[in-house]
Amino acid sequence: MSAQLADITEADIASERERNPGAFGAPLRQRLNAWMAWGGTTALTIYCLYRFGFLSGDFLHGVSKFSETVVSQMFPPAGYDNIPLFLKAMGETVAMAFLGTLLGALLAFPFSFLAAKNMTRSRPIQFGTRRGADLLRSFDYLIWALIFVRAVGLGPLAGIMAIAIVETGTFIKLYSEAIENLDRKQIDAVTSLGGNWLHKIWFGVLPQVLPMMLSNTLYMFEHNTRSASILGIVGAGGIGFLLGDRLRAYELREACLIIILVVLTVYAIDYLSKFLREQLIGDHKRREPIDDAAQV
Amino acid sequence: MAISNTPTSAGANPRGVVARFEQQYAEYRRQKTVYAALFGAAFMLCLITALVTTKFSLWTLIEGIPRATEFLSRMLPPIRLDSFAKDFAEWYWGAGEWFHSLFNTLLMAYLATILGTLIGGAISFFAARNLAQNYFVYWVARRVLEIARTVPDIVWALLFVFAFGIGEVAGILAITMHTLGAQGKLFAEVNENISPLPIDGIRSAGGNWFHEMRFGVLPQVLPNYLSYTFWRFELNVRSATIVGFVGAGGIGHDLFTAVQLLYFSDVGAILLIIVATIMAIDMLSENIRHGAIGKASFSH
Repeated sequence: MSAQLADITEADIASERERNPGAFGAPLRQRLNAWMAWGGTTALTIYCLYRFGFLSGDFLHGVSKFSETVVSQMFPPAGYDNIPLFLKAMGETVAMAFLGTLLGALLAFPFSFLAAKNMTRSRPIQFGTRRGADLLRSFDYLIWALIFVRAVGLGPLAGIMAIAIVETGTFIKLYSEAIENLDRKQIDAVTSLGGNWLHKIWFGVLPQVLPMMLSNTLYMFEHNTRSASILGIVGAGGIGFLLGDRLRAYELREACLIIILVVLTVYAIDYLSKFLREQLIGDHKRREPIDDAAQV
Repeated sequence: MAISNTPTSAGANPRGVVARFEQQYAEYRRQKTVYAALFGAAFMLCLITALVTTKFSLWTLIEGIPRATEFLSRMLPPIRLDSFAKDFAEWYWGAGEWFHSLFNTLLMAYLATILGTLIGGAISFFAARNLAQNYFVYWVARRVLEIARTVPDIVWALLFVFAFGIGEVAGILAITMHTLGAQGKLFAEVNENISPLPIDGIRSAGGNWFHEMRFGVLPQVLPNYLSYTFWRFELNVRSATIVGFVGAGGIGHDLFTAVQLLYFSDVGAILLIIVATIMAIDMLSENIRHGAIGKASFSH
């Protein structure tokens, strides 16, 4: 083998390079573009670091302050006497997520038929419903929570409404996609037997889309438990309310305990939801309704 | 055995088969009803517990809706067609300050994406089962990433505001923490799914470790890394708009102040800026992802 390698001359390589230039490297123009992209990214990063004061002594001061005061004052966690209170607030958080998801699902269900291309003939109505759903989704839960706290007062109701509004948008999108992917043949069968509109929905559409809808709803419930745990920071009830309160009062040890509780609850709900989805719907092989990237 | 019955014994057996089918079907139906009833009961129990826990009543909801809609409707000030420019200018009286905040918000999201991706990408090599040196390193890296992304970014923001004071730095660090946790996990999965064949090929041609990584691993993972990074930037712009609620900079700070002071039309104006920005970023990022990386290599 090495003998054969030694037989290759410079002329061979040159002729080979002439025949297949792409195999020896990208053309100059492409490489220049790549270098410009990387260079621009680096330059902008350095500008940002400079602009926000990462390159100054203040930042180093903050780092030492973070490790000295914040981290050292968080451990070990304390406030074990308050655990019943925390658990009650955690229950409120899960309840908020549950009711918000349920309300969102109920509101979204009729609209999802309007937003599905194969159910709604009128293009403006279908498109408008879709865009409306996008609008609801594009604001974060916390923004809605902030507004609803101002409108209906402190407490879980604002959180429920915030989750319900965002979820209405999400579910219209997910449900209508499920409806668009259904198999036309079952509806045709019901039509051929003389079924009316309600029969078509009940026997042709629902049996196909209901498992997918249930799976999506459970998945979003899991997602919303995470979201609900922080809504209280702006006053919308649940464990976040206590967490924000403890953090603002500089009770970092108790805050640490609350954070640990939140993380454990999120894990528990993750496993429960995964288990339920596999048991009830058997969709462990099916893709998640939202890209994997969105859930982390 | 029932299936193997021969025509000679056809007299008795088909009825037996049908009977057994009926029996099994009835059993199946009964089981299904039991499951449905159990599921329904569990659901009702959850629902009632949730209603009691949150002291939810339909009346408070119905009472709340008009107040919420009134709040929402007051966000849009009267804009008449004949004096459109003047009314609009009046609505956006704080445009200079808001767009400055918006610019900061975008830069915050950008810097946090870069920093989080670099750190998370470095950790991802230890959190990939096929690349980690030993199980202990792998376990530690996985737990670090898990904690970084499970603690919500707004909580990180509250913690960093203590140390770094009110301002963008706390927000950037908060989003960086969340980003490194998420990117580390996703990149580790990409690393675990690479094919070992290009690496073997480079090794057999006499390449060293650097060559293996540069020409064997990087071309396989880079498209996915890039697409995840653009994706993350989109999500981080959303995060950057809300960390300001706890004092961590960006346009969220302006929004929070406006809501607290009940400046309705300001709230509306800022929300419009935010939604326009997010939609524009979504579209732009989609174009870049599809254009620069190619639809084929963009796995999602």
